[in-house]
Amino acid sequence: MAGSTLEIKNLHVSIEDKEILKGVDLTIKGGEFHAVMGPNGTGKSTLASAIMGHPKYEITEGSVLLDGEDVLEMEVDERARAGLFLAMQYPSEISGVTTSDFLRSSMNARRGEGNEISLMNFIKEMDNVLDYLEIDKNMAQRYLNEGFSGGEKKRNEILQLMLLKPEIAILDEIDSGLDIDALKVVSKGINKLRDENFGCLIITHYQRLLNYITPDKVHVMMQGRVVKSGGPELAQRLESEGYEWIKEELGIEDETIEQNA
Amino acid sequence: MTVETKLPYDKEYIDQFSKERNEPEWMRELRFQALEQADALELPKPDKTKIGKWNFSQFKHTAPGDAIQSLSELPSELQEFLDQDNLPENLLIQRNHSVAYSTLSKDLQGKGVIFTDIFTALEKHGDLVKRYYMKDAVSIDEHRLTALHAALMNGGVFVYVPKNVEVEVPLQTIFWQEDPELALFNHVLVVADEGSSLTYVENYISHNEQEATVANVVTEVIAQDNAKISFGAVDNFAQGTTAYNNRRGVAYRDATVDWALGQMNDGNTVSENITHLVGENSLSNAKTVSVGRGNQTQNFTAKIVHFGKNSEGYILQHGVMKDKSTAIFNGIGKIEHGASKSNAEQESRVLMLSEKARGDANPILLIDEDDVTAGHAASVGRVDPVQLYYLMSRGITQEEAERLIIHGFLAPVVNQLPIEAVKNQLTQVIERKVY
Repeated sequence: MAGSTLEIKNLHVSIEDKEILKGVDLTIKGGEFHAVMGPNGTGKSTLASAIMGHPKYEITEGSVLLDGEDVLEMEVDERARAGLFLAMQYPSEISGVTTSDFLRSSMNARRGEGNEISLMNFIKEMDNVLDYLEIDKNMAQRYLNEGFSGGEKKRNEILQLMLLKPEIAILDEIDSGLDIDALKVVSKGINKLRDENFGCLIITHYQRLLNYITPDKVHVMMQGRVVKSGGPELAQRLESEGYEWIKEELGIEDETIEQNA
Repeated sequence: MTVETKLPYDKEYIDQFSKERNEPEWMRELRFQALEQADALELPKPDKTKIGKWNFSQFKHTAPGDAIQSLSELPSELQEFLDQDNLPENLLIQRNHSVAYSTLSKDLQGKGVIFTDIFTALEKHGDLVKRYYMKDAVSIDEHRLTALHAALMNGGVFVYVPKNVEVEVPLQTIFWQEDPELALFNHVLVVADEGSSLTYVENYISHNEQEATVANVVTEVIAQDNAKISFGAVDNFAQGTTAYNNRRGVAYRDATVDWALGQMNDGNTVSENITHLVGENSLSNAKTVSVGRGNQTQNFTAKIVHFGKNSEGYILQHGVMKDKSTAIFNGIGKIEHGASKSNAEQESRVLMLSEKARGDANPILLIDEDDVTAGHAASVGRVDPVQLYYLMSRGITQEEAERLIIHGFLAPVVNQLPIEAVKNQLTQVIERKVY
């Protein structure tokens, strides 16, 4: 079978003792694009951060497996080297570290000792992707995300995605704060990666990104769970009718994670 | 509480030392006077650091330092300071307190630039040295250490750039303290006359892990009207050296004094970097980075005093603390009455790498004028776990991610050093000190 498989089973996640995810099940296979949609405050970004291993989130129950390997037992860097990638909603700014140095360190970490990319090849590869994403080449010499506009940060995340070529990528609200031109460029980059060896989980609460990237499956999150799954037509219906009909159908009054009683 | 620091060297010794070097009469008199004052004055009192028991008296004052015929004779750790594929045209290497090697391009000689050791300067350019030596910047009687410095001065360099001469290639000095017990009472005097400009870079290095000695260094940097001085340094005295390092700048009208200082000593250190913005429209960017390790105690002051109208001072002070080291970081912006339209900005940040290390950042603004702007930022903290997470999420190991963040934190000074080899050498020193 081509590609990798990410299996999320009955995932429960807390932050500061408050439970946010209450049993999420999802399986993403190589070649598949999944969209996770839902209103704000329903746990979408928590899902992304918990899978990658953000220090603030605590997994209380359930499992995450990548090709059968226990992801939750891995350190964050091991998860990345195993083939996971998260395009972050709020990437950190790292002063004094140039984007180019960071990219090269990241690529070499993924390639492993003894298999480092030569400087020439690195520059060639980076320049190609910079061009493809219509990013000013000066960005490579700027400090990582420092003083970047919202749009520049998002493009930088996609730049990293394209250079690191993970098996499974999670894109956390990669469309937020982008104007239509930037959205098109970012989508172009993501679509370029589409093949049977690449699986993708796209988190968004806007339908508009899905006008450019067609998902194979669409999932709706409410109250920290996946409450409905379907094909691309589900996204279309959410676009035209909003989320109210799902809430009615499932008898949900408040779709957000309710406060602890 | 101060420990009696009876001087091991008396007037007779100083008289002899001075005569052997054919110093002018005024210099000998200055030394005698300073010696008297040293007895009466107290040690300086750096904020929150007790230095009363530090070693300021155990040292020897002279040691031979042979000249070298070629740079290839230098040990490899000194080769590292030189751009090997672009060997400096303007270089002075001081071995212990004698000149081992000295070169200045014909072009600069022709333009009247002086770049020589302090004793030769006293002999050949006595009047010029006299005009500036411990006058505009540092006074002899500030405290016991400045007085001791003046009495026992045993090395250093003098740089003078005449009016309207622009020196485009950096002048580089290496202070190589080869003898592990030798004290360095080093005096660096840099004067840029009206409308001139220069870049000066210096390295201090010693290897006395066990042997105790003292470095008492005074550096005076004077930018006359419309002159520009860019001053870079990497201090790297070994553990046995107790260091007092006083670097002071004076900027007159429309003048600029910029600093990029890597303060990387391994022994107890008091380091002051003070700039007086005397003239209207004068400017200073003072950037310093430091690493503390082992049991060392350090006290860093970065201070800019505004006297001139419309003067601008920017302080950046970054420190990394590990093991059981302690350091106080004082960032002080002072605007005197009358210095209207001035701007004082400062940033002091300390990164703690160990539970047992101690670091204090004290940002201080002292303002005696209404029509000014000023700002400060200070922080003491650990490596940000969210930054670590971000880097690690790309496959970079935790150790490597911390390395990147720490080097990034210290980059403002590394990047500003104008000589590639010195930049690399500072990066290596940081690497050695942090790991």
